Amino acid sequence: MMYGYEWDTSSTLAFATSILPILGIGLIVTLKAAAVGYAIALVLGLVLALLRRSRVKAVSWAVACFTEFVRDTPLLVQLFFLYYVLPDFGIVLPAFMTGALALGLQYSAYTSEVYRGGINAIPRGQWEAATALNLTRLQLYRDIVIPQMIPRIVPSLGNYLVSMLKETPVLSVVTVLDMLGLANIIGERTFDYLVPLSMVGLIFLPLTLTCSALIHFIERILPKAGIPLR
Amino acid sequence: MTSIIRFQNVTKRFGALTVLDNFNFDVRQGEKVTLIGPSGSGKSTVLRILMTLEPFQEGKLELAGISYHEPNGRGPFKASDKHLHKIRSNVGMVFQSFNLFPHMTVLRNIVEAPVAVLKMRRDEVEARAIELLRMVGLLDKKDQYPSQLSGGQQQRVAIARALAMRPRVLLFDEPTSALDPQLVGEVLAVIRGLAHEHDLAMLLVTHEMRFAREVSDRVCFFDKGRIVERGEPDRFFSNPEQPRTREFLSSILAG
Repeated sequence: MMYGYEWDTSSTLAFATSILPILGIGLIVTLKAAAVGYAIALVLGLVLALLRRSRVKAVSWAVACFTEFVRDTPLLVQLFFLYYVLPDFGIVLPAFMTGALALGLQYSAYTSEVYRGGINAIPRGQWEAATALNLTRLQLYRDIVIPQMIPRIVPSLGNYLVSMLKETPVLSVVTVLDMLGLANIIGERTFDYLVPLSMVGLIFLPLTLTCSALIHFIERILPKAGIPLR
Repeated sequence: MTSIIRFQNVTKRFGALTVLDNFNFDVRQGEKVTLIGPSGSGKSTVLRILMTLEPFQEGKLELAGISYHEPNGRGPFKASDKHLHKIRSNVGMVFQSFNLFPHMTVLRNIVEAPVAVLKMRRDEVEARAIELLRMVGLLDKKDQYPSQLSGGQQQRVAIARALAMRPRVLLFDEPTSALDPQLVGEVLAVIRGLAHEHDLAMLLVTHEMRFAREVSDRVCFFDKGRIVERGEPDRFFSNPEQPRTREFLSSILAG
């Protein structure tokens, strides 16, 4: 996509302005990666947290090992692993999907701990009342536990969204053309890295600030007692 | 009358501590029984075992003819989830700390379980819930949330919630112990009203002696995991036979 582009390097400002549309394309990739990664992290994290509570010891133990392993190894290593090793097993994913999956996997290990803490914070009396009313385990989690857990965990989950957003540039190492990937190419071709890299940093700032503000807003408007899912 | 609850040599341990020791106890259909005794004597444990909140290790327990342990039952409860559901369908519980669901309105607190568990039609259950709310005097609160209610009101909703499941046995675990003194009366009044329900057996753990005397068919005094003395309330309170019972009653009436 870079061929045919010429950049005005006559002045810093002109250069910065001329690369803005290209970085905009990268921004969309960045946002998409964060959105897909975060969606995976939210869903998979909850699944892991629930499986960890399984009464089948082997399941809960396996999930505990998995999350611990994922949390304690670098994202970059996991990313390379998915990108270079999975194809050996016949699983070939586009670079973008590999990247979003790596982000989602890593962060699902974090969010699963958030969910776990949220579930454990539900008072014992709530579990006992649900048992006394003869709810099934599915009904107990869907109607009692998860609705009450949501307002408590929004702040922590929000932190991980901001954190993940800031980590998306890692994807550029597996050829995903996000903002950083594109800035690198612009640098290579113009021998000026200062401007494109600074621009990437500057674009991230309002992005993360907006995210934080959004989370604070959600936190404020959510009913503290919980949100019925049905 | 036939027994609806039958404990036969039930032993319950928490680790090395034996809470119930070869416990034997029967409750007849529709009978109102009060369990009294010092804290840690095992009376709440009896209720928690009946509600399947606690397993027990040895002996036999039946409720409405259904044995708690299955012949090849696994896990701490020695029973499958399905079997535990069957047991619970006959029994309900009112807790010391109410345990209403804070994210649901009063009406929804009552309606949710009959719809989800008994698969009853929502409009039918709502009609019944409104009837129950009228009975406990809280119809005007049906759209409020538990946090907007006083403790006494919350406990009355909790009683309505338990009744909506149409249990044959209702367990009350110190239902007024968490309440301010001026709110105790309204909850006791509701429970007193239930004492006339002929089909409903009630087991009540309480420290309200005068109330116990008034509503019970039988009072059981617990100490150290055993029933030390049991009897019809007038006889029990006016002329306790065991020294330990006398000691306990005088300490409670003095305090």
